[in-house]
Amino acid sequence: MRKFLRTIFLIDLIEGLWVTFHYQRPKYMVTEQYPAQRPKVAERYRGAPRLNINPDNGETLCIACNLCALACPENLIVVGAERNEQTRRKELTTFTYDTSRCMFCGLCEDACPVDALELTQDFEMAGYNRDGQIWDRQMLEEGPRPKQYKY
Amino acid sequence: MPDQTFLDSTELVLNMGPQHPSTHGVLRVVLKLDGEKVLGADCVIGYLHRGVEKIGENRTYQQFAPYVDRMDYCAAVSNGLGYCLAVEKLLNAEAPPRAQAVRVVLTELNRVASHLIWLGTHALDIGAITPLFYVMREREEILNIFEKYCGARLTTHAFRIGGLQYETYDGLEADVKAACDHVLPKIDEYERLLTGNRIWVGRLTNVGVLNAADCKQYGVTGPMLRAAGVKWDLRKAQPYSGYQQYDFEIPTGTHGDTFDRYLVRMEEMRQSVRIIRQAVERIPEGPIMAKIPKVIKPPVGEAYVSIEAPKGELGYFIVSDGSAQPYRLRVRPPSFVNLQALDQMTRGALVADVVAIIGTLDIVLGEVDR
Repeated sequence: MRKFLRTIFLIDLIEGLWVTFHYQRPKYMVTEQYPAQRPKVAERYRGAPRLNINPDNGETLCIACNLCALACPENLIVVGAERNEQTRRKELTTFTYDTSRCMFCGLCEDACPVDALELTQDFEMAGYNRDGQIWDRQMLEEGPRPKQYKY
Repeated sequence: MPDQTFLDSTELVLNMGPQHPSTHGVLRVVLKLDGEKVLGADCVIGYLHRGVEKIGENRTYQQFAPYVDRMDYCAAVSNGLGYCLAVEKLLNAEAPPRAQAVRVVLTELNRVASHLIWLGTHALDIGAITPLFYVMREREEILNIFEKYCGARLTTHAFRIGGLQYETYDGLEADVKAACDHVLPKIDEYERLLTGNRIWVGRLTNVGVLNAADCKQYGVTGPMLRAAGVKWDLRKAQPYSGYQQYDFEIPTGTHGDTFDRYLVRMEEMRQSVRIIRQAVERIPEGPIMAKIPKVIKPPVGEAYVSIEAPKGELGYFIVSDGSAQPYRLRVRPPSFVNLQALDQMTRGALVADVVAIIGTLDIVLGEVDR
């Protein structure tokens, strides 16, 4: 009998419609207005790669050990090094990172023994073509400069 | 001139997909129709084939771990857990208790997220657009936890062989509890929205019935098997990663129709929240990584490990020849096996029901094609 009355008075439908209707209140708005409103990504976010430099003397932290290149599943890191004849140390000459093939798994970051290579919170790396997707050492040290739109 | 031309035939062959919004990706179903009635359905798969198993043969064990996230991308954490457990079995190693507890928390959160996506898309297929927006909102809470924990939202790469790479962040417990408190009342809200709705009930009851015997014959696992009344859950049957410590129930259905599968999955989300609450209370102190060599070279042999992924039994079979790369790696994906039952389920149904049946299978084409 109760079920019959519920059916007659469309209670089942009204209950569902009420759920939809009470979310009309502005306090339940959850949509982020993305390009106008910048999202705050987590501290551990794995985004654009960066090659850290020592802030004191401006030299690279990278010791050219090649561990990141070995750890990378896609083999997209190429480390160029040269031996300094005076100090008998390996020094970094070139560093290329193909961001078009990167899947941001974080294995290179984990492998780095001196925290030189780091995946940062920058996430706007899309482009209209493939030019410039292979980042060289300068680009990696400076980081990406995404275009900021004004509203 | 053949005796019978296609004009005489009453059978109409209709391609559904691969570019159809409700085939959940690039599935192509060749339907044989008699008017509105479906006489049979053939699946054409492989549009998303990337050769993941072959890639595995050319990567070291650690390097392959990010690729498994890309199979079932709705449940990347579960995929990672299965793979890590399989390699750990080869190495005869076990993750420390702290790592196991964190793994359980994250996989169960991922199960809720995966079921939420299923609910939203399934409802959308049938015509209820509203739940999709709401499930995305709840899923966001869960994905934020993943992002804070491991730095990625979808393809997480959260676990490593032998334990965890990342220590839990400050406030993980509070975040997880808040997410549980947020999700649980919302599940009741979805039930208010759908379970009583006469259109929803009418579209789902007695559609795509698959009884227990057929389920076993096809090898169908997961919520589909449980909806047919079989109490089979690998978390209870072969506990892994410390699931035997947690108290939860296996929801089962009775008829094995689409409505039962809906109810089973809704109940499963509640049970997952129950497990998460227990697990997050008792994350023990201790190391998060077992003693695993830097270069993993497992002894010659083979190992098969299966876990209860959100969609069913997810198995990894790895053959090792003693080198740093697997000799052969085979994945038993639940979606692929469950999809085989589509032909039987759609026979005799109407065309509109095919959409409901594909939705209830809960397939992810990334996993079907691999």
